[in-house]
Amino acid sequence: MSGDLFIRNGRVIDPLSGRDEIAGVLVRDGKIAAVGCGIDGGAAPVIDATGKVVMPGLIDLHVHLREPGFEEKEDIESGTAAAAMGGFTAVACMPNTEPPVDNDAMVTSLLKRAREVGRVRVYPIGAVTKRRAGKELAEMGEMKAAGAVAFSDDGSPVATSEVLRCALEYLKSFGATLIDHPEELSLSEGGQINRGLVSTIAGFRGIPAEAETIAVFRDIAIARLTRGRLHLTHLSTKESLDLVRQAKSLGLEITCDVTPHHLTLTEDAVLETAYDTNTKVNPPLRSKADVEALKNALADGTVDAIATDHAPHHVDDKWVEFDYAENGISGLETSVSLILDKLVRPGVISYLRMAELMSLNPAKILGVEGGTLRERAPADITIIDPDFEHSVNPRQFLSKGKNTPFEGWRLTGAAWATIVGGEVRMKDRKLTS
Amino acid sequence: MALKGKDILSLREMSAEDMETILSTARSLKEILSRPIKKVPTLRGKVVCTLFYEASTRTRTSFELAAKYMSADTVSIAPSGSSVQKGETLADTARNLEVMGVDVVIMRHSVSGSCHFLAKVLDCPVVNAGDGMHEHPTQGLLDIFTILEYKSKIRGLKVAILGDVFHSRVARSNIWGLTKMGAEVAVAGPSTLLPPSIENLGVKAFNRVEDAIEGADVVYSLRLQLERQTKSLFPSKREYHDMFGLTKRRLALAKEDALIMHPGPMNRGVEISTDVADSPRSVILDQVTSGVAVRMAILYLILGGRE
Repeated sequence: MSGDLFIRNGRVIDPLSGRDEIAGVLVRDGKIAAVGCGIDGGAAPVIDATGKVVMPGLIDLHVHLREPGFEEKEDIESGTAAAAMGGFTAVACMPNTEPPVDNDAMVTSLLKRAREVGRVRVYPIGAVTKRRAGKELAEMGEMKAAGAVAFSDDGSPVATSEVLRCALEYLKSFGATLIDHPEELSLSEGGQINRGLVSTIAGFRGIPAEAETIAVFRDIAIARLTRGRLHLTHLSTKESLDLVRQAKSLGLEITCDVTPHHLTLTEDAVLETAYDTNTKVNPPLRSKADVEALKNALADGTVDAIATDHAPHHVDDKWVEFDYAENGISGLETSVSLILDKLVRPGVISYLRMAELMSLNPAKILGVEGGTLRERAPADITIIDPDFEHSVNPRQFLSKGKNTPFEGWRLTGAAWATIVGGEVRMKDRKLTS
Repeated sequence: MALKGKDILSLREMSAEDMETILSTARSLKEILSRPIKKVPTLRGKVVCTLFYEASTRTRTSFELAAKYMSADTVSIAPSGSSVQKGETLADTARNLEVMGVDVVIMRHSVSGSCHFLAKVLDCPVVNAGDGMHEHPTQGLLDIFTILEYKSKIRGLKVAILGDVFHSRVARSNIWGLTKMGAEVAVAGPSTLLPPSIENLGVKAFNRVEDAIEGADVVYSLRLQLERQTKSLFPSKREYHDMFGLTKRRLALAKEDALIMHPGPMNRGVEISTDVADSPRSVILDQVTSGVAVRMAILYLILGGRE
């Protein structure tokens, strides 16, 4: 019957229970029915996960699906295909589309499109302010009722302290999280890459770390004032993480994520690639010290989630002079491999912590189901092949966005199967029809 | 005697050997400029294209004359009066030029890294004639050539580079070139116009221009790039001149035979006073002459100097 599966003999990771053992996972009617050794799969179709790692389905809480308005960069069909191939069972998509997702009708229509063409679950994030203009609050209550899971003006920070204060207060009525993109625009304006020796050599106006730190400080202060639920996305500097660590120690309900590219690349990539615009991203790639601080914050629990900030672009947006290129990296199809190769294999984080960062915590932050393999949870499951050796080839991406600075990187480990509600959406590195 | 790589993009990436090759070639070609008939057939049948997205008098004319003195044909494209105004991309413009048979593209552009980008787009050689705040490698080479003509060595010379280092591609190319050849380089200017971590390029950095000028063999005044000053980096031209300008009084701190240089165009009375610019120690016009010789050498080595 559809929605039944028996995944046998995999290394089962469940961060909620702390389980890390070779076991079977039985799925019935799209839900986890049993996990353990010596389970009888009965008549359910079998997936042999010998040598593989079985995790609760990965959730990316920050992607850009670009639909509507920028379908040449990505749409819900291609973006969710990329997600399935990348091992994600759910993605939360940012509202900076055209028009922006700032009302319930937009949320409803996104969810309808996702049901029609989506390969994985799609969770819309609504705009905080009308047209993302930073002035008046958008109808967040209506959007929440229509299915929006969180709110953000991503692409831009919530414009003023007062608007942020009102939004965080207002969202407390609905128990939803506000996701802010922390950036002090007067400091970052005109900047192309991180400020420092590399920007001096490359000849760019730099974006100082303080452009982020100041915004993080503001956001934390307003979160303290309102006691609202704040999530800081794509943090990239040591000082930002120090501030979050401090805020958490004060008991504030603040969470944060970092991206795979800020964990694996430094500003040096700009010169090493002779100004490849695929290294242009906001926030910019930072210093070696920042990357180390991000890794430490992953290990010590300061960072709650890893999110890709999947920002697909058309080649026309990138095959231009550096200043004219769009910011962003197409990240859904390299995220898992980068995390496995650069963080799990070297022992920076364990599989359990990876599942916490990429599944359990994103589910909690967004307030959605999933994130665990306990019984009766939805059977959203990601199976990882830790030994899969490959070289990153953007021409094989299912995302329309081929913009990656990781082209040619040799990586070991990748998503091997993606199961959503008990249905196999990707297996053996191929989408199922 | 061929150079490494097909392009001339930066002095950071150029080896000291390649710099020496260009300088010694320029030395032998310079003589052509003083002939009654300034024409040799070396590059006959070659097409040199200048593609200038930013205004230029000296550099563009210098490249074109260098090409013409060696019998190459030249075409020049500027944003006004071309498809660039209709929104054509750099990649499209350049590839169209290439398929018409252009042998080298010399580009000036306001965006740093644009010549590196162009070199990825084109098969033919690309010469950087100034990209944003990044580099101006042929200017760096012609400056070194000029210094060599007077001082006959670079190693051990004290060079003071003054002013708007932040926005200056000339400063960056000179820093890379001069330090590679063994000069002691000091930069000086207001903190807002010194880029971060500039000392890591192997130079001393000062806020008082006097500290850099003290005992210098070469005093290099940079143009204050008024068109790039988008923020309040200094309060007024008057204060700039008073506090940081190259004046006779400050110049007295340099060695008696110190050379005075400036890449042009000058803002007289701002970064350099007229009496200094026009003083007998000024080699500002020699720089311009050297420019033609150095660019002849570069075109020769790129287009004709290969087996």
